[in-house]
Amino acid sequence: MAKTHVTMKVNGAEVEGLVEPRTLLVHFIRENLGMTGTHIGCETTHCGACTVDIDGMSVKSCTMFAVQAQGSDIITVEGMANADGTLSALQEGFRMMHGLQCGFCTPGMIMRAHRLLKENASPSEEEIRMGISGNICRCTGYQNIVKAIQYAAAKINGVEFREAAE
Amino acid sequence: MNDMTPTREQRTAALEGMGCKRKRVEDIRFTQGKGNYVDDVKLPGMLHGDFVRSPHPHARVKKIDDSEALKVPGVLAVITAETLKTVNLAWMPTLAGDVQMVLADGKVLFQNQEVAFVVATDRYAADDGINKVVVEYEPLPPLVDPFKSMDADAPVLREDLAGKTTGAHGPRKHHNHIFEWTVGDKELTDAAFKKAEVSIKEMISYHRTHPSPLETCQCVCSFDKIKGELTIYGTFQAPHVIRTVVSLIAKLPEQKIHVIAPDIGGGFGNKVGAYPGYICAAVASIVTGKPVKWVEDRIENLTATSFARDYHMTTEIAATKDGKVTGLRVHVLADHGAFDACADPSKWPAGFFNIVTGSYDFPTAHLAVDGVYTNKAPGGVAYRCSFRVTEAAYCIERAMDILAQKLNMDPAELRLKNFIKPEQFPYHSALGWEYDSGDYHTAMRKMMETTDYAALRKEQAEKRAAFARGETREIMGLGVSFFTEIVGAGPSKNCDILGISMFDSCEIRMHPTGAGIARMGTKSQGQGHETTWAQIIATEIGIPADNIMVEEGNTDTAPYGLGTYGSRSTPVAGAAIAMAARKIRAKAQMIAAYKLEVHEDDLEWDIDGFRVKGLPEKFMSMKDICWAAYNSVPPGMEPGLEAVSYYDPPNMTYPFGAYLCVMDIDVDTGVYKVRRFYALDDCGTRINPMIIEGQVHGGLTEAFAIAMGQEIRYDDTGNVVTGSFMDFFMPTAVETPHWETDFTVTPSPHHPIGAKGVGESPNVGGVPAFSNAVNDAFSFLGSTHIQMPHDYWRNWKAAKQLGAVA
Ligand code: FES
Ligand code: FES
Repeated sequence: MAKTHVTMKVNGAEVEGLVEPRTLLVHFIRENLGMTGTHIGCETTHCGACTVDIDGMSVKSCTMFAVQAQGSDIITVEGMANADGTLSALQEGFRMMHGLQCGFCTPGMIMRAHRLLKENASPSEEEIRMGISGNICRCTGYQNIVKAIQYAAAKINGVEFREAAE
Repeated sequence: MNDMTPTREQRTAALEGMGCKRKRVEDIRFTQGKGNYVDDVKLPGMLHGDFVRSPHPHARVKKIDDSEALKVPGVLAVITAETLKTVNLAWMPTLAGDVQMVLADGKVLFQNQEVAFVVATDRYAADDGINKVVVEYEPLPPLVDPFKSMDADAPVLREDLAGKTTGAHGPRKHHNHIFEWTVGDKELTDAAFKKAEVSIKEMISYHRTHPSPLETCQCVCSFDKIKGELTIYGTFQAPHVIRTVVSLIAKLPEQKIHVIAPDIGGGFGNKVGAYPGYICAAVASIVTGKPVKWVEDRIENLTATSFARDYHMTTEIAATKDGKVTGLRVHVLADHGAFDACADPSKWPAGFFNIVTGSYDFPTAHLAVDGVYTNKAPGGVAYRCSFRVTEAAYCIERAMDILAQKLNMDPAELRLKNFIKPEQFPYHSALGWEYDSGDYHTAMRKMMETTDYAALRKEQAEKRAAFARGETREIMGLGVSFFTEIVGAGPSKNCDILGISMFDSCEIRMHPTGAGIARMGTKSQGQGHETTWAQIIATEIGIPADNIMVEEGNTDTAPYGLGTYGSRSTPVAGAAIAMAARKIRAKAQMIAAYKLEVHEDDLEWDIDGFRVKGLPEKFMSMKDICWAAYNSVPPGMEPGLEAVSYYDPPNMTYPFGAYLCVMDIDVDTGVYKVRRFYALDDCGTRINPMIIEGQVHGGLTEAFAIAMGQEIRYDDTGNVVTGSFMDFFMPTAVETPHWETDFTVTPSPHHPIGAKGVGESPNVGGVPAFSNAVNDAFSFLGSTHIQMPHDYWRNWKAAKQLGAVA
């Protein structure tokens, strides 16, 4: 199949590649760019493991062709750590609150939570649960993922994080 | 001592040993997308394989034409059963003593069965290729209903077994019969029923469901022709067993097979067995001389890899009028699908279903399990459970509620009355197991007090009265469940897989600087082994957990172990770690005695080193001992500080728990709300409370899904109607209830650190709690048992059948 040249910005760097028109963005990221943090759990837009941030929106990269991302600005989980290499507030939140087990859903969760907090800096528990409802986790039961996001929100907002009493 | 000397507490805290909520070391890489899962493995020249699958559940394969497929750009080979026959791999042995087609041989037996394997340069080309393979089928009548599988005129599914009157587990009664397995004393049990003042009988089904870890099953196989070595990266819960199986079936010397299980994205039992994808990828690599990757998609995972449950349990309890149980009788019809590919220890064709007497002191019990073939996907994995314990717990916990209803007793009271008493441990059950330890009454009472059970019952009574008066359309259910698990498979006297005893292993090597590495026979799929195993070592030998690296999943470096499933890692491998660490400590003691110039017996262990008794300033830290082990050991002693343990446990461990689910159901819509869920777990010694809590949350969420909607369902024609996350209920953060966790601690007396294992408990105990809540809600309308899964539609239907809805 004829290939198309694509260029886009991924985690701040200009990247390019030759792809078939049918190549999914997630495959372009994983195979062509070799950035394997973005995962595939279903390929049918149900699980959210492939979530990346495109031009300020959470997008399931298994549901978009690489050619559709031409010229866009993408952030993947690899772009989430602080500039000095330390864990960002969200990543730290997931670790501190035990918001992950096998870690397979985690990159997608972090990317979704990243956008959620940009849109709503202090979400309620309900808003968080609704906000991540496009992402499936089979291991954690979500309770600690919610806490992880609350932790990150508190840290970003510079307020003290308090766990809600059981 | 001066002010700079760390206190005991500080020294203990510095170790981050057992009992501490140590943050997971895995998370540093996982949160940055730096995990290394199988699909992340890329080898030079790697090819991709994909399957042509059968649309029919039962059909003769008349012809496979691959000529057009081979013309597709990028397609290099099409492998069929005929190809596999040339290398004797058309069929493979299953873990349960049956055989299974790798690729359809003559006919297909379930929908989406693997028919041909297309190998191509990338996954898109492979997909093009499978669409060009033309398969000619002659459809045959499908057998869907397990209750009809042994009818006289039922179609013959397994033609390869024609005329065989005995199977791997004894006589076969019918051409679609796999095995019958019986346990207990039939005569005594029948007598108990004859004498019974009260008895109940109910057909309790545990529907077919699926583990569906977020990462599907996958592998990369690479055969090196020059060296004759095969390297397999795969999503394996038991890498060593896979190596042995591959060696046995591929006839390759075992030392020339390297099995590597990198990070795994959840397993839950789905990744224990061997699937055609592994075999085909290995054969394809041998044929093409290139590495071959096989990655299953979600639909394939749901429809063709191991399902779970599918047990239909006719259950009877005999009891006295005042509620003392006197006998239990269960007959199970087990739907195993097209091949008996259950993951079970060899000696137990129905796993540990004989824990079905649960937490109760049944004087006698008898059970029989009949396994049958149908035109469905094979498997029967222990999904987050220890080999059919989940089915057993569901069966007894539902049955106890049904008995309570018949006796007009409170379900919690009935349980308290029949619990095995603390002084009865070690307890010998009527079905032959020895329960190690337990204090069920305390756990149950703590649950009842914490949740104010009495007040909830009162509220329920008021609600029922209001419902009767027509003031509300909402009904309330209290789901009590109390479970005892049998985990830690297991002692070689009762457990083996393919003849290999189910021990587990650990090798610890301490380096001169006081750091070390532990290599394990287990394989974490999210349980956090890298974190918790180091905590055990920290406590046992006084080296900070941060200084211990834990490595799993490489058969070249790890000692042989049986892997991670059935909550066996902590009970078996956890013990192996403690025993290996103790060997190190024993050698360290000799070195310390030599260096401190005292007799070994004059030393005492003190958190992170040895101290001379009565002379507190004469102390040698473990860190210093590590150095000494490499430069000044006692004369005649080998240098170095390492140890390995292969731990064969003397018994299983028996964690338990008391759960309560409070649920409201709107009868007009069937919509339920889990108002409260309380889970008290007793898993003995707690290694990392944070991780235990996480395991409980995850297990409860899976239990919630199973009880309240998740089902692998086939229509009458054998078509799977729940083949994607669109129709297979996957709870998201929105549906998932809030979990309250609690605990008691009853250590296992025979385990070196007293730990019992917890990963599956919440799934085992959770499902009956949800189902009992639904059934309890409806019970006052006259129903005794409503089958799972309890989704809105089924709830509404139940309400309608019971006359609550016009
Ligand atoms: S892989 Fe994209 S949503 Fe599941
Ligand atoms: S941590 Fe395993 S799927 Fe979320």
